[in-house]
Amino acid sequence: MAKVTLLEAVNMALHHEMAADENVVCLGEDIGTNGGVFRATVGLKDKFGFKRVMDTPLAEGLIGGLTVGMASQGLRPVAEFQFQGFIFPAMEQIICQAARMRSRTRGRITLPLVYRAPFGGFIHAPEHHSESVEALFAHIPGLRVVIPSSPARAYGLLLAAIRSNDPVMFFEPKRIYRTVKHEVQDNGQALPLDVAFILRQGADITLVSWGASVNETLVAAEQLAEQGISAEVIDLATIKPLDIDTILKSVRKTGRLCIVHEAAKSFGVGAEIAAQVAEKALWDLKAPIARVTGYDVTMPYYQNEKYYQIHPEDILLEVKNVMEHSA
Amino acid sequence: MTFTSKSTVTQVRYLDDEGNVVQPLPAWADDLDLLINFYKNMVLVRTYDKKAIALQRTGQMGTYPSHLGAEAVGIGVGMSMAVEDVYVPYYRDMPTMLMRGATMVHNMLYWGGSEQGSYFNRPDGQLSEDFPICVPIATQCTHATGVAAAFKLRGEKRVAVTSIGDGGTSKGDFLEALNCAGAWQLPCVFVINNNQWAISVPRTIQCGAPTLAQKAVGAGIPGVQVDGNDIIAVFDVMKKALERARTGKGTTLVEAVSYRLSDHTTADDATRYRPAEEVNDAWKREPIKRLRQYLHNQGVWDETKELAWQSDCNQQVQAAVEQYLATTQEPPEAMFDYHYESLGEPLASQRQQLINKAMRMAGGNHG
Repeated sequence: MAKVTLLEAVNMALHHEMAADENVVCLGEDIGTNGGVFRATVGLKDKFGFKRVMDTPLAEGLIGGLTVGMASQGLRPVAEFQFQGFIFPAMEQIICQAARMRSRTRGRITLPLVYRAPFGGFIHAPEHHSESVEALFAHIPGLRVVIPSSPARAYGLLLAAIRSNDPVMFFEPKRIYRTVKHEVQDNGQALPLDVAFILRQGADITLVSWGASVNETLVAAEQLAEQGISAEVIDLATIKPLDIDTILKSVRKTGRLCIVHEAAKSFGVGAEIAAQVAEKALWDLKAPIARVTGYDVTMPYYQNEKYYQIHPEDILLEVKNVMEHSA
Repeated sequence: MTFTSKSTVTQVRYLDDEGNVVQPLPAWADDLDLLINFYKNMVLVRTYDKKAIALQRTGQMGTYPSHLGAEAVGIGVGMSMAVEDVYVPYYRDMPTMLMRGATMVHNMLYWGGSEQGSYFNRPDGQLSEDFPICVPIATQCTHATGVAAAFKLRGEKRVAVTSIGDGGTSKGDFLEALNCAGAWQLPCVFVINNNQWAISVPRTIQCGAPTLAQKAVGAGIPGVQVDGNDIIAVFDVMKKALERARTGKGTTLVEAVSYRLSDHTTADDATRYRPAEEVNDAWKREPIKRLRQYLHNQGVWDETKELAWQSDCNQQVQAAVEQYLATTQEPPEAMFDYHYESLGEPLASQRQQLINKAMRMAGGNHG
């Protein structure tokens, strides 16, 4: 079995699904001849032709709306935004149109579409290239928000996203686009959406994360184990709808919860998880819920981004704090 | 090197304000039954419009955007399209939607606050592929471009038609959609209902170009201006634009010049910003009187027919109102049932909470 990067896994999934279903089309800026700014769509135009792999004019609002029109006709458009920070011109289309069409037409028009975007910081990118705003989309009824954390997860979840009959925001953690290689079988097997994955069993504390931060969380869990603390690690994978049951089950076992995410701290996905655990499992907790997150500031330019970034040591310190302050 | 693009826009018009013919009519206009059909539909939607406002004023419907004065645009566009084409409307498009299968009842349900108003069939009974009313400005234009791209990809001889007000043409989505439709040569027709006012902002402040049809130049497509109060001109221009799109020749921008004789919506008071003389003057050019006069001149319409048709319209509208008022409201939990293909566990529990709340509010009688 070939070892591939997360980026190659995305490409593999696109190739697979375009071959399997002629309704799948790809569109975006530079995705054709150039293969996308990160090369996620390399080879698609050569294989499937410019009719199904479309370089759009440079207009994000257009990409948001074009896909709505295409999907209304039964196509399954997979649109690439070059960076998550470039989605903002398309927010009106995504929020006011894509997310609502099924509901407002009482199921008459459904939109099987995927909006892909590389996201997150720490690749020394310019301003507006490092956003991590998954919470904005998770807040909107009608959308699914999916974030893979590994090549295998990227392949299986992207297949599932394309096959979904609901609009999916698919955010790819670009920091680990090329840094992790896993064996991935190109077998067309989708992973389930709306399900969190337990990556490591543990008894003392539950660590929940998603995207690139899962890697630091796993490193921290390893180091915690060396210090005699057994951490359970959950990769959230689908942000919305939230698989709270998997988290609750784990928290009821470990009695402690630490949420790790790269996005700004306040009003985020971590806050939502903390609120739901407090609502449903407060009496199972032995310590207050902890969060290791980005700050409530604009992502700094790259000279200072290492101070914003979450390192395994940050998680370690917070977990020790939780352990020390347990009832 | 010099690149020259000439942008001369001449307004297409066949009937003057008094219904006199100003240039030879197109051959299809020999079909007087068709013209009578135009006329009957225009009178019907005007009768409905008046009733819809009355329903809002008496608390039986929510905010409503009148289409008074735009009947020739709406009916002309609607009757020119093929059943299998797809229409992507904006919010002042009840006349076109009526021609495409959505009924007066659907329109009342929509503005009366029920999503059932956006679930309708085509005239042939098939589930409609037309889009629902679009309230955000100009976003619908990109949808039409996407629909047209799907038609082109599949080699279907269908056309996507979208419409927009003059104010909407200032928005990025309109220009992005037009630009893409031109670049990709899509089977698409953009119709601007230039009714001179975007709420209180006049056309002159909206855009510096002498005509909105000229916006086509930058997209590399034909731009046509038509007298939007002359339904013969609207239908003829649309027929040509649709034929052009259907035969693979690409997109056309049609600017229909009309006048919004009403307030923007029932929540608006146009007397605050619009001189009465201007409105009185616009009434002299309105579309219904003009075609009636032409039909009179042809000897195919008279006062007896007029009175009979008005009575018929009143009955049709009244029957629709009764049907609207008698329509069973969807249960509250319907708000949960269409967002996703299947309801996940978190939503299922919220849905049950809502049902419990509804039962409590109904004193335990909710079924």
